[in-house]
Amino acid sequence: LQLDFWLAPRSPGYPVDVRVPFPSLQPLKAHLEANGVFYSIMIEDVQALVDHEQTEMLRSSRRQLPLSTNTFDYATYHSLDEIYTFMDLLVAENPNLVSKLEIGRSTENRPLYVLKFSKGGTNRPAIWIDTGIHSREWVTQASGVWFAKKIVLDHENDKGLASILDKMDIFLEIVVNPDGFVFTQTQNRMWRKTRSRHPGSACVGVDPNRNWDAGFGGPGASRNPCSETYHGPYANSEPEVKAIVDFVKNHGNIKAFVSIHSYSQLLFYPYGYTSTPVPDQKELDQISKKAVAALSSLYGTNYKYGSIITTIYQASGGTIDWTYNQGIKYSFTFELRDTGRYGFLLPAKEIVPTAQETWLALKVIMLHARDHPY
Amino acid sequence: IDDVGHKYHLELVLEDVLDKDSTVNCTAEVLYHLGNKNIAPAVQFTIEGELKNTDEADNIFYSRIKSLEKELVAENIPDSHGSVSPEMEPIRLLAQVASGYVIWQNSTENTKFQLAQIKHVKQVKRSDDCLEFDYMILLHEMVSQEIIPWQMTVLWHPQHGVQVTQDSCQPKHALE
Repeated sequence: LQLDFWLAPRSPGYPVDVRVPFPSLQPLKAHLEANGVFYSIMIEDVQALVDHEQTEMLRSSRRQLPLSTNTFDYATYHSLDEIYTFMDLLVAENPNLVSKLEIGRSTENRPLYVLKFSKGGTNRPAIWIDTGIHSREWVTQASGVWFAKKIVLDHENDKGLASILDKMDIFLEIVVNPDGFVFTQTQNRMWRKTRSRHPGSACVGVDPNRNWDAGFGGPGASRNPCSETYHGPYANSEPEVKAIVDFVKNHGNIKAFVSIHSYSQLLFYPYGYTSTPVPDQKELDQISKKAVAALSSLYGTNYKYGSIITTIYQASGGTIDWTYNQGIKYSFTFELRDTGRYGFLLPAKEIVPTAQETWLALKVIMLHARDHPY
Repeated sequence: IDDVGHKYHLELVLEDVLDKDSTVNCTAEVLYHLGNKNIAPAVQFTIEGELKNTDEADNIFYSRIKSLEKELVAENIPDSHGSVSPEMEPIRLLAQVASGYVIWQNSTENTKFQLAQIKHVKQVKRSDDCLEFDYMILLHEMVSQEIIPWQMTVLWHPQHGVQVTQDSCQPKHALE
């Protein structure tokens, strides 16, 4: 009968607990009844309990906040709390290299954090990297976390990175749009915009990549608050955008700016709002070519590159159009994996390979910025 | 082409999603009509060589669904983390093929659609041999960045192939 005794028989008078496989249920009941043995059911369906426990375990191991950046699971998607905890851990573990800055607050009053990687100096020329501006593009925030750890791991033994940090600081904002990010985890996985509300409309949110002051409100953005590309009531209306604008202006010495999105496997330089080529088009194109080659060298992932408007579509009020017009010559945007098979729902197992290959491209850009001061 | 529309001549390589090394060359002509934007673009194509035979996998899937005690029901494929259980993989592949038809019917020169997710799928009991699935999918339109819910009824049989018998765009607030 394949009975599994959980409380084994001792002697008469003592109860016995037994797990009964389904096919043996009737025969066993018949046997017990025929012999006048009393029984009661403690658990109707053991499998159901086991399944439930599994889900609970999975859920709670996710909810448990990380204890160190060495035990942190980089190959899975994390909650905002886990990412913010990760940042604090990274700083605590590497106080001489990493610090955390609060550059503002989101619409729903969440802190906006930037990690600063610096080997010293005062207001050194700097590189800015951001991820998670569009909340549904989960591989970007996950890659940002990986980049942060990578910088810490390699800052001494990797010659390229070490030499970059000898001269420059790196700023990394992992979650540009925390309100949207939380919304993708609690309500709507496909949410893209911020969570700001606007009088006269029931619709929520502004596209943070149409809210910058570069060709603001022009073709390539929508003035309909219900649209995914709504540019907002005015440039920098979104606190998430304003915080970065203020930071960049106050810093005054940022030399390279990279904003990361997904998906499509593309590398862009400005402009998106106009078809007039940027003056530095040739140089940016050459850097892009090199960066894409470096990226592909790892896993053979294919990327295309070019200016936003010629490669994808016209888009106004975009991040790197503004940063370029501020004088940050090395302004780039990435669209990470994949090309549409999973799209925004990129399987977690692709997080690390994506981050690894993207890092190679980022290093090309950072090294170029280091070698071509301006 | 004056007074008719825009015709594109394409040379492309088809890659088997399940076997990256398996590729096949293809040429196609796509005509986007000038006037009525509600007609699907006209497509003609030729494939060099043959597509892989999938009879075995098709029959395994067919038998499995036919032998289910209760009609199949599932949601969120892939889930938020991009996972698809092995049992749901053929359901997802079927949706990708069927959504290809829906996408074709609704494409213009200014759209680029991808299947983003299956929100919900329900098997519909049938008296004949075919399998029928009622899907609610999300299409991602790249240019507008909109996520569009779409209902589609899909018929499939290992020998008869895929058919979309009904499809309709759903209101956006069906999501939030």
